[in-house]
Amino acid sequence: MAAEITPKRKGNIGDWVFFNLTRLFALVTLMMLGGIIVSLVYGAWPAIQRFGFGFIWSGEWNPPMERFGALIPIYGTLATSLVALVIAVPVSFGIAIFLTEMAPAWLKRPLGIAIELLAGIPSIVYGMWGLLVFAPVFSKYIQPMMADTLGKLPIIGELFSGAALGIGILSAGIVLAIMTIPFIASVMRDVFEVTPAMLKESAYGVGATTWEVVWNVVLPYTKVGVIGGIMLGLGRALGETMAVTFLIGNMNVFGGFSLFLPGNSIASALANEFAEAESPIYTASLIELGLILFFITFVVLSLSKLLLLQLTRQEGSKT
Amino acid sequence: MTTRFNSFALPLIAASIVLTAAPAMAAEVTGAGATFPAPIYGKWAEAYHKATGNKINYQSIGSGGGIKQITAKTVDFGATDMPLKTEALEKDGLMQFPAVIGGEVLIVNLAGIKPGELRLTPAALADIFLGKIVKWNDKAIAQLNPKVSLPDQAIAVVRRADGSGTTFIFTNYLCKVSPEWKQKVGEGTAVQWPVGLGGKGNEGVSAFVQRIPGAIGYVEYAYAKQNKMTYALLQNQAGEYPQPDDTSFKAAAAYADWSKSDFGEILTNEPGKTSWPITGATFILMHKVQDKPAQGAEVLKFFDWSHKNGAKMAEELDYVPLPDSLVKLINTSWGNIKDAAGKPVRIGK
Repeated sequence: MAAEITPKRKGNIGDWVFFNLTRLFALVTLMMLGGIIVSLVYGAWPAIQRFGFGFIWSGEWNPPMERFGALIPIYGTLATSLVALVIAVPVSFGIAIFLTEMAPAWLKRPLGIAIELLAGIPSIVYGMWGLLVFAPVFSKYIQPMMADTLGKLPIIGELFSGAALGIGILSAGIVLAIMTIPFIASVMRDVFEVTPAMLKESAYGVGATTWEVVWNVVLPYTKVGVIGGIMLGLGRALGETMAVTFLIGNMNVFGGFSLFLPGNSIASALANEFAEAESPIYTASLIELGLILFFITFVVLSLSKLLLLQLTRQEGSKT
Repeated sequence: MTTRFNSFALPLIAASIVLTAAPAMAAEVTGAGATFPAPIYGKWAEAYHKATGNKINYQSIGSGGGIKQITAKTVDFGATDMPLKTEALEKDGLMQFPAVIGGEVLIVNLAGIKPGELRLTPAALADIFLGKIVKWNDKAIAQLNPKVSLPDQAIAVVRRADGSGTTFIFTNYLCKVSPEWKQKVGEGTAVQWPVGLGGKGNEGVSAFVQRIPGAIGYVEYAYAKQNKMTYALLQNQAGEYPQPDDTSFKAAAAYADWSKSDFGEILTNEPGKTSWPITGATFILMHKVQDKPAQGAEVLKFFDWSHKNGAKMAEELDYVPLPDSLVKLINTSWGNIKDAAGKPVRIGK
């Protein structure tokens, strides 16, 4: 009897230690999150006090006159991330379908590894590649073509007008898309792979095409993971600094809605200006930009959770 | 090391003092700040270490960071491209002195135009950066360059995206020559540019200029020279068009009146026929009252050494060493750096 209890009790102590250790780690994460929010608010306080909510709506960023507003960086951050998602989501979806459903077995592994390797390339390499290789080609061949085709369309034509500099919101967005594709594609591939073979085989058995199987069986089964992957990509796009800095043009004056125009993003403005910002209100305004980025990321995450809840609820009503 | 020995018997403590005495002799001082002079400070520190065995650590974190660090006394000296005004120095008990001089040049990307062929006046330059002159064949530029055929091409303005001392010197120059610039934009390490693309660092600006036809931008002289970029000439205060090189930077430095304003001279738009108009010095910041006099003395020893031995190294890296008259003034000013008891920290003369 005693011989039985001792190992059990030992196990209990181990469990207790393990439980509290993991709980401690989880709490530390929470505390760090709280600490970051507190220190951001504290650091940004002079700017919050001075500019109030006007900070978010003002498009002025004028260090010598000490007038600051976040509208241009907010717009640039959202616009580049949106461009990145519009390109990256369909492409990643295609990659994931190809890898799980269509690729011959000998190609699956090398191709999958290649995509994962892309995720490991440092962002500054993407930035330099974008500036030195991509932007020249883009401005010489692709942008004029876009202006001649997409630029002629009503409404969205506005987005593809202006001088073809190769630098701007669109270029930054495209390079961001290339950077986020490996993340989204590898998550999508992983979740597509966990779809039970029986479900898929049944669908194929009743004569469904690959497309029908993916759209009606795989995707509904894996939507949580798919949205998670997209959010992971979006998170990376929102916070990406170096690659965007090289390509966005860092212009703090709003020139119009054309995606060809240079702009600025929050992360890029912080990286560029923080080291040389001397006046307290300048530093505080930059910290407030950081706070806003934090808030945007929080809102995006919450929206994705809401979206998932909505989807699950609809599922319930269908059955 | 000492702490470990402290817990042992007395003889061992004595031994530990002997052991730690040797490294204590090789002083180690730390500085932080501007990125523009970082290559030369690094080179000087390396040579100084070889010559004396003493170590100088310099962290190039940017001028703003340098000012913050020295104010907080976390470093022995700070470095900034933007000299502090007398009031700011007094507020934090600091003094400053210039360390090395450099110039900025305008680089252009115009087909068929060779380095030094294009000429610009201060007014034309300001109007280009204000977005008022938008084409290269604008009358204001064409009449300055009768021998050059200027294309009917849009001007793409390129400037620094990151906050930088280079931008401060450039905008300071524009403020001096253009009342409109002064009123609308002002000067600073970062400003609200009316037009243009922002490149990160000298390399970002030059990459944009080289890639975009019709572009104009400003970079540090050393960078333009090493990359053999097409530069433009700029009219100085005397109405001449000097070549941007060490001679014209030195000429500008010679005209500055260093004896006033706590060395806070910005060498832009200096008089003199051979002065390059966009020249600037970079500065060292130190506390007037040194909490650690030995450290302060070591910093002064390092810069004294660099005055005596560092000129050639500076020239190799395309910086301009300080003129002798200025070195003398700086030497005198070092007498104001004292320890808490009011005794000058400087050892020797």
